[in-house]
Amino acid sequence: MSVLKLVGISKSFGGTRVFENVDLDVEKGDRIAILGASGSGKSTLLRCINLLETPDAGSIEIGGTKVGSAGRSGLRISERDLQALRLRAGMVFQQFNLFPHMTVAGNVAEGLSTVRRMSRPDARTRAIMELARVGLADKADAYPARLSGGQKQRVAIARALAMDPEILLFDEPTSALDPALVGEVLGVIEQLAEEGRTMLLVTHEIGFAYHVANRILFLAEGGIYESGTPDEVLKHPRRPLTQHFLKEHKRFQF
Amino acid sequence: MYEWDFGPVLAESGVLLAGFRNTLELTATALAGGLVVGLLLALARLSPRRRLRWPAGVVIEVFRTTPPLVQLFWFYFGLPIVVSVEMTPFLAAALTFTIQSGAFFAEILRAGIVSIERGQWEAASAIGMRPHQTMRRVILPQAVKRMFPSMMERSIELMKTTTLVATVSYADLLFQANELAQKTFRPLEVFTLVALVYFVAITCLSGLGSLLERRFARSGEFAA
Ligand SMILES: Nc1ncnc2c1ncn2[C@@H]1O[C@H](COP(=O)(O)OP(=O)(O)O)[C@@H](O)[C@H]1O
Ligand SMILES: [Mg+2]
Repeated sequence: MSVLKLVGISKSFGGTRVFENVDLDVEKGDRIAILGASGSGKSTLLRCINLLETPDAGSIEIGGTKVGSAGRSGLRISERDLQALRLRAGMVFQQFNLFPHMTVAGNVAEGLSTVRRMSRPDARTRAIMELARVGLADKADAYPARLSGGQKQRVAIARALAMDPEILLFDEPTSALDPALVGEVLGVIEQLAEEGRTMLLVTHEIGFAYHVANRILFLAEGGIYESGTPDEVLKHPRRPLTQHFLKEHKRFQF
Repeated sequence: MYEWDFGPVLAESGVLLAGFRNTLELTATALAGGLVVGLLLALARLSPRRRLRWPAGVVIEVFRTTPPLVQLFWFYFGLPIVVSVEMTPFLAAALTFTIQSGAFFAEILRAGIVSIERGQWEAASAIGMRPHQTMRRVILPQAVKRMFPSMMERSIELMKTTTLVATVSYADLLFQANELAQKTFRPLEVFTLVALVYFVAITCLSGLGSLLERRFARSGEFAA
């Protein structure tokens, strides 16, 4: 079953092309790792999927329904459809972006009460359930400023999970973390993968991608440069830029 | 050597008290009204719609760049000529200072709103929040806290500026003091007392502000 389908997605910023004509079909349960050099458009691709950036051309289907319609300057979409799309695609950012004026439970409950119109007590109960999933139920009443980076990112994951997304988008979730804290966040992502969640993961943790992903995309030259199973792309890359990139990231181990 | 004598002044302190009450009433009205007007102006100024943006800009700039006394006279003596309203000193003063402090609050709030990181907007929209929900639940609370010291500063400025209303015979503290000074022939004592009242009132106000600020800081949310 196709969860997400991109057809001919293009994006440029003020004349500078980031990528052109990207096609991607994501099946339920897929765990797709996106690799590529800095500036190759990994973030932009994820952001186009939940329309934090508007693609210049192409179409997006999520859960079998087409999103928006082609307009003069890229995709056009109503506020309501935009909201529906974002509820189906949960996003986790490199910089966490927690709401600093809300407690941890408040962060996770916010979407439930404001968007899903759940009562505050119900939202809180659900929030604590999600926090337990990422091992942070005991921090429910702390403010984000009191947490370590790894804990912040786990809260951000719980916040996304609370909205019951069909697909999770991770944009370098561990890149802002001290090396010592990377493991706890990867552990949570791995557990989500084992639960059969569909996810797109931009990462530089190549070893982790090899273990957890069932497909690898390597972005370069304004598009998907090479793709395939982890064995194909990471162990036996066929194209020069992929080979070069993997050589530069020697420190990874399978 | 001048012989200080507060006796005759204190005997009539009820007059000053009434004036002080009027000062507080006007300040509170203008402050509450100014916050509402300021918020509306700030939101209009940041609106994607040009038809909202530029009128808000005009109001803000006009009230920030004209002397408050001119504004007060304009409302008190000028406005009744074009619209048939019964203009009382209180109404003119309340209008002037509501819009005037609104213009200043608008600029403070706008600066606060635009200072909030883009990631906050993105995180809120990623969980499906609409722009108005994001503004109300995520952006404004942080902007207000961040701008609280400037807003406090402005509120104190407002309280001091309200002394101008004595010129349109609104019976504020200064107006009453002037009356009393003429009646008792004790201007030195009267105005010393009045200065003291403002000093104490504003010190209390600013102490309250610092207290609130410390409470914000204690929740530790600023370092996130
Ligand atoms: N908002 C933006 N405005 C202009 N250029 C941008 C913007 N976002 C990204 N870019 C540019 O698009 C390219 C791809 O960026 P990005 O998707 O962030 O790459 P990656 O995540 O792979 O490092 C870069 O050259 C970057 O400078
Ligand atoms: Mg990036």
